[in-house]
Amino acid sequence: MEKNVIELNKKVERRSFLKKLAVFALAPLTVRILAQDEKFKKVKKWILDNGYVPSDHKWGMGIDISKCIGCGRCADACKNENNVPRDPFFFRTWVERYRIFENGDIKVDSPNGSIDGFENIPAKEKILRSFFVPKICNHCENPPCVQVCPVGATFKSEDGVVLVDSDYCVGCRYCIQACPYGARFLHPVKHTAEKCTFCYQRIVNDKLPACVEVCPTQARIFGELNKKASPLVRFLRMNKIGVLKPSLNTEPKVYYANLDMEVK
Amino acid sequence: MKNFLSKIPEQVKRLSVLLVIIVIGFVVVTSYLVPKDFGVLGHYRASAVQSNANKEMHYAGQELCASCHEDILKTKMQGYHKNLSCEVCHGPSLKHTDEPDQFKPNKPRDRKFCPICHEYNPSRPTGFPQITSASHNQRKICVTCHNPHNPTPPQTPKECEACHGEIARTKSFSAHADIPCTRCHEASEKHKLMPREYLPTKPVKREFCGGCHATDAKSAPEIPRIDLATHEPRYVCWQCHYPHLPEAK
Repeated sequence: MEKNVIELNKKVERRSFLKKLAVFALAPLTVRILAQDEKFKKVKKWILDNGYVPSDHKWGMGIDISKCIGCGRCADACKNENNVPRDPFFFRTWVERYRIFENGDIKVDSPNGSIDGFENIPAKEKILRSFFVPKICNHCENPPCVQVCPVGATFKSEDGVVLVDSDYCVGCRYCIQACPYGARFLHPVKHTAEKCTFCYQRIVNDKLPACVEVCPTQARIFGELNKKASPLVRFLRMNKIGVLKPSLNTEPKVYYANLDMEVK
Repeated sequence: MKNFLSKIPEQVKRLSVLLVIIVIGFVVVTSYLVPKDFGVLGHYRASAVQSNANKEMHYAGQELCASCHEDILKTKMQGYHKNLSCEVCHGPSLKHTDEPDQFKPNKPRDRKFCPICHEYNPSRPTGFPQITSASHNQRKICVTCHNPHNPTPPQTPKECEACHGEIARTKSFSAHADIPCTRCHEASEKHKLMPREYLPTKPVKREFCGGCHATDAKSAPEIPRIDLATHEPRYVCWQCHYPHLPEAK
């Protein structure tokens, strides 16, 4: 009889324990459901002077290598639009020519960033294939350049564009070293880091970046990544897409179509 | 309490005073030095987004050009340059939209400008219209024959090229440039009137290409030779070689 009583007590304990467990488990869930309600959400959005809301956008670029003719108009337009120094070695975007030889050698060149065009290939070169690859800042989702900046002068804006705060930059060049794509340079006069901004002054005003605007063969596509109707999303859907150096896990937002395995 | 304070060694008391001063000093100095908007959106100055957006624009964009130059756009939309933005050739022209009379956009007229895109370069995609400017009407500037807003050249229809311009253009760069179309294709007169009903012939046999390229063929010695029996016998020639541009691989 005594034995039975004890067992009864145990049963009650288990029930109350389970009840308490249920309450503790559901409480945070209820709080979360309530928090998702608009009334409980604090809506704070950073708005630019012209009414542009960065957090409403997510920009990216698509590049179709099979369309690029290597005319270098993009690199030229970029320098015009962003007052990039005209000397060679300072580029926010440039075009590389890949030559893959029959013996497996690969040569990459980009004389003056392609602005002056490319020399013709001598007939004696035994070439398997050759093509042009436009290069630009990849606006990584995990940007290594932003991680290393000691002062917070380069950052990923809410719309996914990696920008430089040139008033705050101390010119230490860490970001130039950290960028795996070589997309940054130090401005020779201002001594601050410079890079592609997707022509930020243009995209906040509903215009295309200068390189996309002038590309004569539509090799470059610019648009929103999170809006289904954008030309970029269509481009991603219609093509096999590759990104540069995927093994680095930088998650680039510049997507290449018809990307050759040799392109680094 | 008094007893407890007296137990703390003298040097610890002095050091803790120093520590408090350093901490207060740090807080005061950082509150002055760190900008107010730093950290609002992340580890950066939020106003830097605005200063990036404030930079000066130079390119107007085709939509803005079209608002005045509707007629030119209409011509352009009918030609091969329909996808070209105006400022590819005319240069950055946002100033022109503010002061149309003061600032005039570029009009490139020399023979150096068009070949930036149209000079032959083997790295360019096949089919893109290209010329070798050294052998292409050397003494004329491009705009004498081609209207840049609708660049199809005015030409009298030639036999095959009239319709098959792209193939003819591709062929003109290849080693097969001098071979007339009729060497390989037989087209009846009716093909010109009803092209789809009367199709021209196409060579299908390996021996046809072998007529010039086989080791024992009676043709010019500089033509590349292959041994028909051992050279990929399971395939027909055009599966690997594009006859209109055999150099392409």
